[in-house]
Amino acid sequence: MKMMSQRQVYGEKLVSLGEKYKNIVVCEADLGKSTMTYMFQERFPERYFEMGIAEANMVSFATGLALTDKIAFVNTFAVFASGRAYDQIRQGVAIGKFNVKIVGSSSGLSDFGDGATHQAIEDIAIMRAIPNLTVLAPMDAIELEKMMDVIVDYDGPVYMRINRNDLPALYPEDKPFEIGKPVVIREGKDITVFAHGVMISMALKAAEKLEKEGISLRVVNVSSLKPLDEEMIKEYASGVKGIVTAEEHNYMGGLAEIIPSILKEMSIPMESVAVRDVFGQSAHSYEELLVHYGLTDAEIIEGVRKILEV
Amino acid sequence: MKECNYIQLKERALELKREVIKMVGIGNAGHIGGSFSLAEILAALYFHKLRHDPQNPDWEDRDRVVFSKGHAAVIQYAALALCGYFPKEELGKLKQLGARLQGHPDKLTTPGIEANTGSLGQGLSISCGMAAAAKVDKKDSKTYCIVGDGEQCEGQIWEAAMAAANFKLDNLVAIVDKNKLMATGPIVDRFDNNPVVDKWKAFGWHVIEIDGHDIEQVVKALDDADEVKGKPTVIIAHTIKGKGVSFTEHNPAFHNGTLTEEQYHAALKELATVEGADAI
Repeated sequence: MKMMSQRQVYGEKLVSLGEKYKNIVVCEADLGKSTMTYMFQERFPERYFEMGIAEANMVSFATGLALTDKIAFVNTFAVFASGRAYDQIRQGVAIGKFNVKIVGSSSGLSDFGDGATHQAIEDIAIMRAIPNLTVLAPMDAIELEKMMDVIVDYDGPVYMRINRNDLPALYPEDKPFEIGKPVVIREGKDITVFAHGVMISMALKAAEKLEKEGISLRVVNVSSLKPLDEEMIKEYASGVKGIVTAEEHNYMGGLAEIIPSILKEMSIPMESVAVRDVFGQSAHSYEELLVHYGLTDAEIIEGVRKILEV
Repeated sequence: MKECNYIQLKERALELKREVIKMVGIGNAGHIGGSFSLAEILAALYFHKLRHDPQNPDWEDRDRVVFSKGHAAVIQYAALALCGYFPKEELGKLKQLGARLQGHPDKLTTPGIEANTGSLGQGLSISCGMAAAAKVDKKDSKTYCIVGDGEQCEGQIWEAAMAAANFKLDNLVAIVDKNKLMATGPIVDRFDNNPVVDKWKAFGWHVIEIDGHDIEQVVKALDDADEVKGKPTVIIAHTIKGKGVSFTEHNPAFHNGTLTEEQYHAALKELATVEGADAI
């Protein structure tokens, strides 16, 4: 299986977009070597702003850049973007629908070594509650690259979370990314799994295992958490016996609550795989944390079995 | 430097204050105090200093004015209307449901407004971004940012102050409306953020201190700021909150106060003339 790093591809893509779009500017708060924006800095130093360790100022500064006809990419860890700069995003960026792209790197538990303070398990909930803000969570590096092409041409505010580690690159090359549109990654007829990020690869792993038992999973990538085409969610939820949601995020404000709210008129069993309202902690590997917090194919399979009673 | 008719600017300042009183009206809360402390500064900016085109608010070479103290939007609306950004009649719709003149500045709805401010401390950072963009584009437009006295308690103001010096934003001018009052009372008694002049100097800014109600000093400070190279300029304008109406001056009750019918007419009467001259 091909493994690729979202942040590596992000850094490279930012440079290639920078060649094409002369009005792209990049702001960073002393994490450029982690977020990979150092590549943009090396190529376009005059369009790169090292803002020091001051995330709130960085987001407002980027707003000023956006208000002066720039496409402003703001970079920090997801936990700081959604936490430290929440008010600057809400007040300065979102109310006015300004063209600021907020990129939350090291999202979820992916900054495994740094522990709870650096692990964003609630960023989607926070950002999704802000009107006017588009909220995206790419499943892998291939999708991230497609996403970048789309958001750079979208004149409005975007929050996008990026994983820190190498992940399986599985997004179908022929499928475009469209804001708002969930994408079927694998067809199936028994259970639909709605997931995003690393949990798509877990769902595919679960699907392969269950296939041997004659159980088929439809795996749907909900990488556009807002806006979200609710009719498509309903369509992908129909004709199956149940739904499993899977996310590297707190169940509160995540797919575990989003999907049932869309499907409230359908009487269909649902199970969720998510962080159960606890903070993360340090570990020696990302995989260890995913196992510890129950974010693997095993929990997805368990959810499927519960629904099908097999 | 542009020729300047100081008498006319003084009349403009008075006119702005009269419009504020009319907009706030009788029985509605409005930020009269922190607007009146800015009247001469806004008159000097909008009717003398700025390079702008009210018919083309998005003109890319314009100078920009950002109200970091967004709560004083009411007097900026008055200035924008008198400049012709939108019809003066619209001032009467302030804060009405569905109206574009919101309680705090909204760029989406209001021509001439440059940013969405109101959560204090953010406007100076936004202004830094605008000034930095002008540098990238090699444009000579300037950004003026109005900062409140109490607003200097916000940590983000000092993050922005560091950034402006770091990026050598000599095309940025901050104007601190040093009116000595926060919403609940005197700053020195409640939360003393002084000495602010020393702070701005230590943060790498060129500091000019003036009487913010002396129109000649305001104009001179704005002109002097043009000559400063390699660092941002802050004009510390010593002002009086509520200046110009006897019962609103120095009075925290008019931070966001309400006028009785009697006070409304008394205020307009006090604001009717300028040094014996006829009102415009």
